Amino acid sequence: MSTEKQISMSLAKPESTGLSLTQKVALGLGLAGLFILMLAGFNTYFPNKGLFLTLSLVCIATGTIIFSNALYLNKSKGIKNDGVWFKSISSRGTLGWITGVFLTGFYIILYFYPEYLGLGISGNSNSGLIALFDPLSKLLNGNPASQWFVYGTLYTLAILIFGYKFILKYRHNRYQQLRTISVMFFQLGFAFLIPEFMSRLNQSTEYNLPYYDLKSMWPLNYYLFDSWSVNGLLSSGNLGLAMLIFGILSIFVISPILTYKYGKRWYCSWVCGCGGLAETVGDPFRQLSSKKQSAWKIERWLIHTVLVFSVIMTIAVIYSYLDKNPSNYWLSSKAFLMGSGLLLTLLFSVVILFKRHELGKDARYGAIDYFIIILSLFILYVTGTSEQIFLIKPSSLRSAYGFYIGSIFSGVIGTGFYPILGNRVWCRFGCPMAAVLGFQQRLFSKFRITTNGGQCISCGNCSTYCEMGIDVRAYAQKGENIVRSSCVGCGICSAVCPRGVLKLENSSMKGRINANEILLGNDVNLIDLLTKK
Amino acid sequence: MEHIVIIGNGISGITAARHIRKLSDKKITVISAESEYFFSRTALMYVYMGHMTFSHTQPYENWFWTKNNITLKKAYVQAVDTDNKTLHFSDDSPLRYDKLIIASGSKPNKFGWPGEHLKGVQGLYSKPDLELLEINAPNNKICKRAVIVGGGLIGIELAEMLSSRQIPVTFLVRESSFWNNVLPENDSQLVTEHIKNHHIDLRLSSNLKEIKSDDHGKVKSIVIEETGEEIPCNFVGLTAGVSPNINFLKSSKINTNKGVVVNRFLETNIEDVYAIGDCAEQLEPIGNRRSIEAVWYTGRMMGEVIAQTICIQKMPYQPSHWFNSAKFFDIEYQTYGWVNNEKNKPECESHFHWKDKDHLKCITIAYNKNTNAFLGINAFGIRLRHETFETWLNEGRDVDYVINHLEEANFDPEFSKTYHPKIQNAYNRQLQHEL
Ligand SMILES: Cc1cc2nc3c(=O)[nH]c(=O)nc-3n(C[C@H](O)[C@H](O)[C@H](O)COP(=O)(O)OP(=O)(O)OC[C@H]3O[C@@H](n4cnc5c(N)ncnc54)[C@H](O)[C@@H]3O)c2cc1C
Ligand code: SF4
Ligand code: SF4
Repeated sequence: MSTEKQISMSLAKPESTGLSLTQKVALGLGLAGLFILMLAGFNTYFPNKGLFLTLSLVCIATGTIIFSNALYLNKSKGIKNDGVWFKSISSRGTLGWITGVFLTGFYIILYFYPEYLGLGISGNSNSGLIALFDPLSKLLNGNPASQWFVYGTLYTLAILIFGYKFILKYRHNRYQQLRTISVMFFQLGFAFLIPEFMSRLNQSTEYNLPYYDLKSMWPLNYYLFDSWSVNGLLSSGNLGLAMLIFGILSIFVISPILTYKYGKRWYCSWVCGCGGLAETVGDPFRQLSSKKQSAWKIERWLIHTVLVFSVIMTIAVIYSYLDKNPSNYWLSSKAFLMGSGLLLTLLFSVVILFKRHELGKDARYGAIDYFIIILSLFILYVTGTSEQIFLIKPSSLRSAYGFYIGSIFSGVIGTGFYPILGNRVWCRFGCPMAAVLGFQQRLFSKFRITTNGGQCISCGNCSTYCEMGIDVRAYAQKGENIVRSSCVGCGICSAVCPRGVLKLENSSMKGRINANEILLGNDVNLIDLLTKK
Repeated sequence: MEHIVIIGNGISGITAARHIRKLSDKKITVISAESEYFFSRTALMYVYMGHMTFSHTQPYENWFWTKNNITLKKAYVQAVDTDNKTLHFSDDSPLRYDKLIIASGSKPNKFGWPGEHLKGVQGLYSKPDLELLEINAPNNKICKRAVIVGGGLIGIELAEMLSSRQIPVTFLVRESSFWNNVLPENDSQLVTEHIKNHHIDLRLSSNLKEIKSDDHGKVKSIVIEETGEEIPCNFVGLTAGVSPNINFLKSSKINTNKGVVVNRFLETNIEDVYAIGDCAEQLEPIGNRRSIEAVWYTGRMMGEVIAQTICIQKMPYQPSHWFNSAKFFDIEYQTYGWVNNEKNKPECESHFHWKDKDHLKCITIAYNKNTNAFLGINAFGIRLRHETFETWLNEGRDVDYVINHLEEANFDPEFSKTYHPKIQNAYNRQLQHEL
C-alpha cells in the first residue's frame, strides 16, 4: 500500500511492453519444471524419482508464483485487462492455438493412450512420466501411480498456483478472493487428498471404496450408480453406506437448498473442480466465449441433450443393476422405473403449473426433455431386460456416455479448447449438473444480478468477460436484472464494470425478474405510465 | 407509411429508433457518417487498451437492424431543407422525411491554438479518432511522450489509455486541482493524488500556448502559457470539452444557438423536426441541469421520450434527479443529486466529507445547512444504489437519515469491506465538533 501512496513523478522507469527480467527468470524456472516432466515422459532415467518429482513441482509452483508477483504486485489494485486482446495467448493467436493443440493432445493421450505416459499394463510396473509420480502416490495411498493420479496431482497443482495468481489479480475484490480460496480448498481436500486416503483405507479388507470425490454430485459423477461403485460402497461398512446416502442427499436435499439460497454459484464457482480449473488456469481465456445469440441457441440444445442422455443413462444403469440382483433389494427394477417416471411427472407438473410464465420460451425445452425421458422409460419398461436395453447392452450405453461426454466433451474439448472457445466450454455446453442447477436457479432461487438503475453506459466489458457467454450488457442497459440459468455467479461482470452497475445478490424471489421499458432517472410519470400498462 | 428519419446513430438516435419500432411500424431510417453500426462511444478507450475489440463495443448484433426493419444508411448529411422536407447528401440522391430527429452528437472543442491542425494532434471522440490514435501513438517507440490538454473526463481517459501502453504522459489542466470546476476540493484532491500515483506528469493551472511543428508538419513540442516551458512530444491530445456537432444545419431554417434549440417537448422551431442527445440545447434549462447535457444517459432518455411523442402522445422531457458516473484510473465515481464545488455552491449548501485512510475512497454529502435536507452525494471507490438515492431524494430525506441508512444504499460486491460505520463515526464526531 505504501508504494501506492507515494506520489512519484518519476518517469525514468517506464515499464517495457515485454516481460521484465524477473518475469523471464520465473518463466524459465517454470519451464524447467515442465522440462523435467517432459524428460520423464520420454523415459529418461531419474535415479531418485522422489527428488526429481519434488524439484519439478517446486519449480513449476515457484515459477508461477514469482511470475504472478512480478505481474501484479507492483501495480495498483484494480482491473488488469490491459492488452488482453493484443496477446497471442489470450486472443486466439498462434500461441493460443499451439496451447490448444498441446492441451488437446495431452487429454487424448491421457484418456485413450495412457501407456504412452508410462502406465504399466497387465501387471508391469510403471515407467516414464507415471513412474515419476510413484513415490508421491505410494506416500499418499500406498499404491503405484496411475494416469489419474498424475492427472489429479497436476490438476490440483494448477488450481493452487493459478488460484494464487488469480487472487493477486483481483486484490481489490474480496468476493473473487474468497471464492478462489474456496475452490482451492475443495480441490486439494475433497477431490485430491480425501480420495487418496480413502483408497488407503481399502488396504484393509473391510473396505472396498470406489474413487469418490465427495463434492462431486450426480449427474456430474455419472459413475456413482454404476454397479462397481454401488457394490463398492455397499461392501464398505457404515462408511460406505454413509457415503452413498450422502451422495443421494446432496442431489435431492443439500443442493436444492443451497441453490435456492445462493444460486448455482455455490457449486459452480465455489466448489466444483471443473469450475475451479476454469476460473484459475482458464481465467486468461474467459473473453473468448461467444456472445452471439446463435451460440446461445446451440448451448441450450446441447446442454439439454446431455442432460437427457445422462438421466436416461443413469436410470438404465440402475434399472439393469436392480434387474440383475432382484433378491438383494426391496426395490424391484420395474418399481424403480415407475417411481422415477412418477417423480419426473410430479416435478414437471409443478413447474408447468406454477412457473410457466417465468419460463416463457424455455418451457418448450423442458417439455421436450420431459417427453423424451418418459418415452425412454416406457420403452425400457416394455423392452428392457438385464441384458439388453434400447437393443444394446446397458454397459455400452454407459460407456458411450463415459466416452463421449465424460472424456471427449469434458476433458478434450472442455479443457483442451480453453484458448479457442473460452474457459467454460464444458460448463456451458455440456455439463448436466450445470443444467440441473441452472434449471433451479432460473425458477426457484433467490439469486440474481441486480443492475444499478440508469448507470450503465453500454460499454460491453461485462459481456466481453462473461465466461458463460451471457450478453450481460443486453440486460444492464435496460436496467433489467440478470436471471439466467447458465450464470455461474463468478462475479467477473460485476468486477470489470467501470460504472458499478452490477451486483450479485440473494434476495426475495418477488420482483426478481423485472423488465424495464424505460430507465430509472427518466420522467417519473413516464415510468409510471409504462409500468401500469 | 410515415417515414421517420434520424440523423446520428449514437445512443440517442438509436434509442429513439428502437423505441419507435417497439411502439409502431413506421418506416425508420438512421443515418450516420461515422460507422455502419451503432457502437458505444464510451467504450472506445477499452479498445485502445486491449480490453475489448471494436466489435465488442456494438451492443446489437448486425442482424438486429434488418430483423427490426430499421434501415441504416452510411452517409453524411450536408444540408437540411425543411421546406421540402428533404435531406441532401454529398454523393447521393436526396432523401425525403415526414419527421426528422436530429441526434448528431458532439465534436471536440478546439480553441484556435497555434498548431492545432498539425499531424499528431487530435481529439478523442469518434471511431476515426480511435483509428488515428493507433497511427499517432501505437507504442512508446513512436510516441515517446504525449501531452494531453484539458482536464475533463475524456482527458483522463486518454491519459489512462496512453499509459496502458507505457507512453509517458504530460497532462495540462487549466484548473488548480483536477476537475475542481465540478468537484468539491476534497474530492478533487483525491483524484489528483491518484492521477499522480499513476505516473502521470500532471501540470495544474497550466494552459496551452502553442503547439510547435517539426520540418514535416508534425508536432514537435508544446509550450505552456504560464511558465513558457517547452515540452518535447510526439502527440498532443486535445480534450478541452465538446460542443454540439451542428455545422451542417447552419444553412437551414432550424433555430440553433450553441446547439439545436428545443423546447421541453424536444421540438425545434420547425414543425416535425426534433433534436435529442448531445446536440440539443434546452431553451430553458431544467432545474440545475445545463441547457446542453452531453452525457450518455440523457441522450438515451430523450430517445425514450421522443418515441412516445412521435408514436403515442406528446410528452415532455422531464428527467428525474441528476446522476452520473465515471472512472478515474482505478477509482470509480458515482454521483446522485447535486454536489456543487466551492465556487458554484449556494450559500446554504454544506458538505460532509469522509476519506478512507488508503486515499482511494471518499464520499462527500451535500445538505442544506438550514433545513438539513439531503441534496446529493459524491462517492469515490464505493458503489451506491441508484434506486435508493432516487427514493431518498423524492422523499426529501435529511442528511442524518442518509448517513444512518447508508448501508441500504451500498452496491459494492458481496464480502466487500463496509465503510458506513466509519462514515457514521466521522459524521458524529464532526457534528459534536460543531455543537
Ligand atoms: C471517449 C468518450 C467517453 C465518454 N464517456 C462517457 C461516460 O462515461 N459517461 C457518459 O455519460 N458519457 C460519456 N461520454 C459522452 C457520451 O458518449 C455522449 O454523450 C453520447 O455518446 C452522445 O450520444 P449522441 O447519440 O447524442 O451523439 P453521438 O454519439 O455523437 O452520435 C452522433 C452521430 O451522428 C453522426 N453525425 C453527426 N452529424 C452528421 C451528419 N451531418 N451526417 C451524418 N451523420 C452525422 C456522428 O458521426 C455520430 O456518429 C463519452 C464520450 C467520449 C467521446
Ligand atoms: S453473468 Fe456475470 S456472474 Fe454470471 S457467469 Fe457471466 S460474468 Fe459470471
Ligand atoms: S453493465 Fe457495466 S460493464 Fe456492462 S455495459 Fe454497462 S457499464 Fe459496461
